[in-house]
Amino acid sequence: MTTVLTRRPGLARLRAARQPLYLACLGFVVLVVLAALLAPWLAPGDPNTVDLGNVLAGPSADHLLGVDAAGRDTLSRLLLGARTSLIGPLGVVVFATLAGVAVGVAAGWRGGWLDSVLSRSTELVFAFPGMLLAILIVTVYGEGLLAPVLALAIAYLPYVSRLTRSLVLAERERPYVAAYQVQGHSSLQICLRHVIPNIAPVVLAQSTINFGYALIDLAGLSYLGLGVPALTPDWGRMVFDGQTAIQRGYPLSALLPCLVIVLTVVAFNVVGERWADQVARRDR
Amino acid sequence: MPDTVLEVTGLRRTFGTVRAVDDVSFTLAEGGSLGIVGESGSGKTSTARIIVGLERADAGQVLLHGSDRTARARGKARRLARARQIQLVFQDPYLSLDPRTTVEAALREALRLHFPDIDHARRITELLDQVGLGTRAASALPRRLSGGQRQRVAIARALAVEPAVMVLDEAVAALDVSVQAQVLNLLADIRAQTGIGYLFITHDLGVVRCVTDDVIVMRHGRIVESGPTAEVLATPQHPYTRLLLDSVPRPGWDPRQLAAARRALSLTTNRGNSTDS
Repeated sequence: MTTVLTRRPGLARLRAARQPLYLACLGFVVLVVLAALLAPWLAPGDPNTVDLGNVLAGPSADHLLGVDAAGRDTLSRLLLGARTSLIGPLGVVVFATLAGVAVGVAAGWRGGWLDSVLSRSTELVFAFPGMLLAILIVTVYGEGLLAPVLALAIAYLPYVSRLTRSLVLAERERPYVAAYQVQGHSSLQICLRHVIPNIAPVVLAQSTINFGYALIDLAGLSYLGLGVPALTPDWGRMVFDGQTAIQRGYPLSALLPCLVIVLTVVAFNVVGERWADQVARRDR
Repeated sequence: MPDTVLEVTGLRRTFGTVRAVDDVSFTLAEGGSLGIVGESGSGKTSTARIIVGLERADAGQVLLHGSDRTARARGKARRLARARQIQLVFQDPYLSLDPRTTVEAALREALRLHFPDIDHARRITELLDQVGLGTRAASALPRRLSGGQRQRVAIARALAVEPAVMVLDEAVAALDVSVQAQVLNLLADIRAQTGIGYLFITHDLGVVRCVTDDVIVMRHGRIVESGPTAEVLATPQHPYTRLLLDSVPRPGWDPRQLAAARRALSLTTNRGNSTDS
């Protein structure tokens, strides 16, 4: 299979071929997901408890990763922030994948005018920067997680639908599809039972990569103050809250969330790419 | 004289400037077996795809038991009725089965669609038995099976629908010779048991000799010769049929002489075509 997943320029150079890198990334993804799931039990304290006596304190026994400019424990905020920081991209990816697959399958299977209409309209979305769309929607609907998630889902839909369309175009030429047609199965049945399960691994690999990008986009929006409400712990928000501390020489509370964001995005990218590689190798 | 089950009249199909199928007409008797032979590009696969309904003809009719099946099927009942008229066994058993579906699931799917009320488990065992596969193969994915086994699965899947006619598009070409013989024997047995009519699309004259009653020879989309298989193979009338027969390697076989004959044939037909137009 020659399908190429859509990756952004900087990260496309990361090759997932090396086993240790893949395992390390997979391990990190599992770690982050576990941290998010178990955050309330793992966190040493309330992420919003203000300890003004310890403002900008370094790592200590009480606060393992230090305290931010408002006197809040950085570790607790990182752990609980993982929840909001992962649930947002999850929403983006789930919506973009479901809608993208539906659009892509319809366009690839039916072809003709439907393909033209769907392909051109998704290209229109491509032409409009996702972040701008998100900012627009947030300014209209106010802050909160739902608006930017929906906006980014629409922005990510073309990545999935374009990939799905090309996969469906290749898949429908395979004789087993003709065999099912001859058997009298309807197009809908063939698509749902055979075509989509066969292309699913590649689409899921793309969605995994998209997850990383959505995470960095949502973190960017939070950093701009357009994502989650002010007090909710969130990695992007933590970078924003911590930037004044960097100027005053206490970088930990801002740099740690930066690091976590970058590592998570890279990890999802490598894992997704690796999965796509494995599918391609199996098909050969 | 037995009744006609399949009647094809004046079938035409062009792709761009190429006449893939040009005025093809033939009939298939009830429970009969008709071979269509020709080299690659002679239009035999296009003919098969039109008859099955995977492609539309530009002109001509395909009648099954007298009812036209050239028009597009609309609605589930029509679709199923058409599927029960003609089934197709594809050339490449490695590609004609969904790689993610087990043998049993593939058969069950066909049965559930066409015969929702019968005992599927029993019928699956019956079908597997009919094509000489054990119940052990039932739970296997296609990639665990050999080429011959896969083709048996494809045949079982076609039989599950209980069609009146089965089109076999180079159905044994991808198999090695000993397996070919087994599958051909199997097909002959099935025809004897069920009375399904066969339309054998092949380039292999040996296959035609084994399993068909009648044969038509196609070249450049046209039928150049037709008749009872034994007769056509014993006393070929058209130079192209003779050429096909001579192309089968045997002792004393001279490919150079063959190439000369092929050139001579294409020259005469080209000249014939230019005087036509």
